[in-house]
Amino acid sequence: MMPYRIAQIRLVSSHPEVYEPCDDSFALVDALLADRTNLLEHRPRICLEIGCGSGYVIASLALLLGGEDSGSYFIATDINPHAVSVTSETLNAHGVHAELVNTDIASGLEGRLMGLVDVMVVNPPYVPTPDEEVGCDGITSAWAGGENGRSVIDKILPVADKLLSDKGWLYMVTLTANDPCDICLDMKKKGYAARIVLQRSTEEESLHIIKFWRDPNSQLEANDAKLLTKTDHGAGFGSFLSQLSQMSFWRSGNSTNN
Amino acid sequence: MRLLTHNMLSSNIKGVTNGFPLRIEVEKVVEKQVDFNPNFLKNMFSKIDYKALLEASRIMGYAELPDHADPSSLESDDFLRRFHHALLQLHLEEGSLVCPETGRKFPVNKGIPNMLLHEDEV
Ligand SMILES: C[S@@+](CC[C@H](N)C(=O)[O-])C[C@H]1O[C@@H](n2cnc3c(N)ncnc32)[C@H](O)[C@@H]1O
Repeated sequence: MMPYRIAQIRLVSSHPEVYEPCDDSFALVDALLADRTNLLEHRPRICLEIGCGSGYVIASLALLLGGEDSGSYFIATDINPHAVSVTSETLNAHGVHAELVNTDIASGLEGRLMGLVDVMVVNPPYVPTPDEEVGCDGITSAWAGGENGRSVIDKILPVADKLLSDKGWLYMVTLTANDPCDICLDMKKKGYAARIVLQRSTEEESLHIIKFWRDPNSQLEANDAKLLTKTDHGAGFGSFLSQLSQMSFWRSGNSTNN
Repeated sequence: MRLLTHNMLSSNIKGVTNGFPLRIEVEKVVEKQVDFNPNFLKNMFSKIDYKALLEASRIMGYAELPDHADPSSLESDDFLRRFHHALLQLHLEEGSLVCPETGRKFPVNKGIPNMLLHEDEV
């Protein structure tokens, strides 16, 4: 296998109001590394990061795919103006390029970039906080996720569905408090299968990096599960069924090459 | 900001129905060398709004793109090289993107467009 590089911490730029690479950033990059063979075979044309912060993740993704010379192009967004500048410095320091847009999620790109993104990576603000803290200026918006940490995540998922190409993959960081199973079920209804690429527990939190890809069977299964749980009034059995469908859903994720 | 990115951006202001393409106001253009990748260009051609690219490249001072292009143009190496230059090598470093419907300006500083909306625009 080709030698690879990821971003180096000493070359990552910083600013007092920009999220510094942390356990979650490292977990996401480790997940991308763990899936590197698949990513190289996937030959993504357009890769997009939402919420690029310091640029550690998008620089790592660009490096591990071999940069633009390999035929992949990179776009990154952040709502924090300081973050996109810092990302620009980080990319320059590593000699890779990504197009940067200072925007809320992918606002402004959703129309024309629809269906063109082959790989999307997101380390969202996922910490449960009061809803008022979400989208505040500066560093708070880097982690404040509102109720169950789901406010921003739940806005990103439909955008991801819109932007991802038919062969598109989404890698997303989630915390146990975000209820990853529920996120997967939500994505399953949109027609995605899922797999946990990496699970990591730190002192404070338990992180899952989940990979999603389009799988027509997922939607069918999700609808079946809904029907079954609806017609069955015994709550115990209903939840058993939904657990079962979730299990087969995880399994189907592992049986393919994704 | 490359013209590829410009080609993917529309005005996101609430109520705007025809926000594409954003009109470019140039203060500073820079050119950056990028590897020539015919496969990518051929793949992207159908996704690009050629008219928007043509106009944008002219505003950026590059007059070498032909007035019309269709998939058969992709067989010409000469066309591919011009398309490559316009799409990937020209960068708007400083300037603005203007919403075609409302005239609202989105600033581009150090090559980064700011598409953030004011509260009354969301
Ligand atoms: C947990 S940090 C991750 C930063 C970086 N990707 C990393 O992994 O180190 C989340 C980032 O998302 C950005 N963010 C929060 N809300 C956003 C939104 N609505 N649209 C775009 N970016 C957002 C924050 O500014 C912050 O940089």
